[in-house]
Amino acid sequence: MSSDTYDYLDGNAAAGELSKIFAMDITAAEGQCAHCGATKRFAEARLYMQCPGIVARCAACDHVLLRFVNVGQRVFLDLRGMTYFSLDTSQLQ
Amino acid sequence: MRLTAADGYSAVRSYSITSAAHFKGLVELTVERLPDGEVSPYLTQQVAIGDRLELRGPIGGWFVWHSEQTEPIQLIAGGSGIVPLMAMLRSRSSAGSTAPFRLLYSVRVPEAVFYRDELQALSDRDHPVSLTYAYTRTAPKDWPRPPGRIDADLITNVTWPSNLVPTCYVCGPTSFVESAAGLLINCGHNPDKIRTERFGPTGDRR
Repeated sequence: MSSDTYDYLDGNAAAGELSKIFAMDITAAEGQCAHCGATKRFAEARLYMQCPGIVARCAACDHVLLRFVNVGQRVFLDLRGMTYFSLDTSQLQ
Repeated sequence: MRLTAADGYSAVRSYSITSAAHFKGLVELTVERLPDGEVSPYLTQQVAIGDRLELRGPIGGWFVWHSEQTEPIQLIAGGSGIVPLMAMLRSRSSAGSTAPFRLLYSVRVPEAVFYRDELQALSDRDHPVSLTYAYTRTAPKDWPRPPGRIDADLITNVTWPSNLVPTCYVCGPTSFVESAAGLLINCGHNPDKIRTERFGPTGDRR
């Protein structure tokens, strides 16, 4: 998966899909890559959408951070590529 | 936006809002027609008053300018990447902000400029927005710069210098964003002050 082919977008483009399951905006959320330890906003992740779901990869090391897929009436979310995901709760108040 | 056909087939797409934040009563979306698109030809050529569209949003709180920000702002747009930046410019006007804004807008040909008249008005008013077009394929007659992509010279000459610590917002196709953000970093801007949004088709396939 070469990074100079520009076949990716960024985490901003996943905001709509992921708002189905997160109560808060995830583009400004901070996540730590479980592979390289880089801590970045989700908006900065590289987003691959030409697959059955969405794959977000670390902008620093290209490791998979998140996978999200719709199957019928069910969604699957895989977050194991991040050691944590930190969201600002002030927008809920 | 979700569109549902009579037979129940539905398609979902994400679009950027062009209207100012907190603008009441109207949401303006700018949709670029993709010739082989499934939804954009309908929205740009067939949709009629009275048609019902399902909208959810606004979504996304990262690629946003807030009127409390007073630092210099550098906007860099590639093609339809102007759309969310236009919302920032309109929000600045409606909030009465005097934050110093510069816009560098890269576009293939003069005919492809979005919001040309409105941008001109913003650059002619008090507390003007400094506006620079960069034409990549064809420039108007007598244009000072030959057609070409944004390069280090242009960034140095028309954007805020890094010592003013501007916040930079870069939006456009992925190749454009990577190039422009790289040039900003080479000119000394802190990557933490550069926010990017990469544009491309976002349709889901269900």
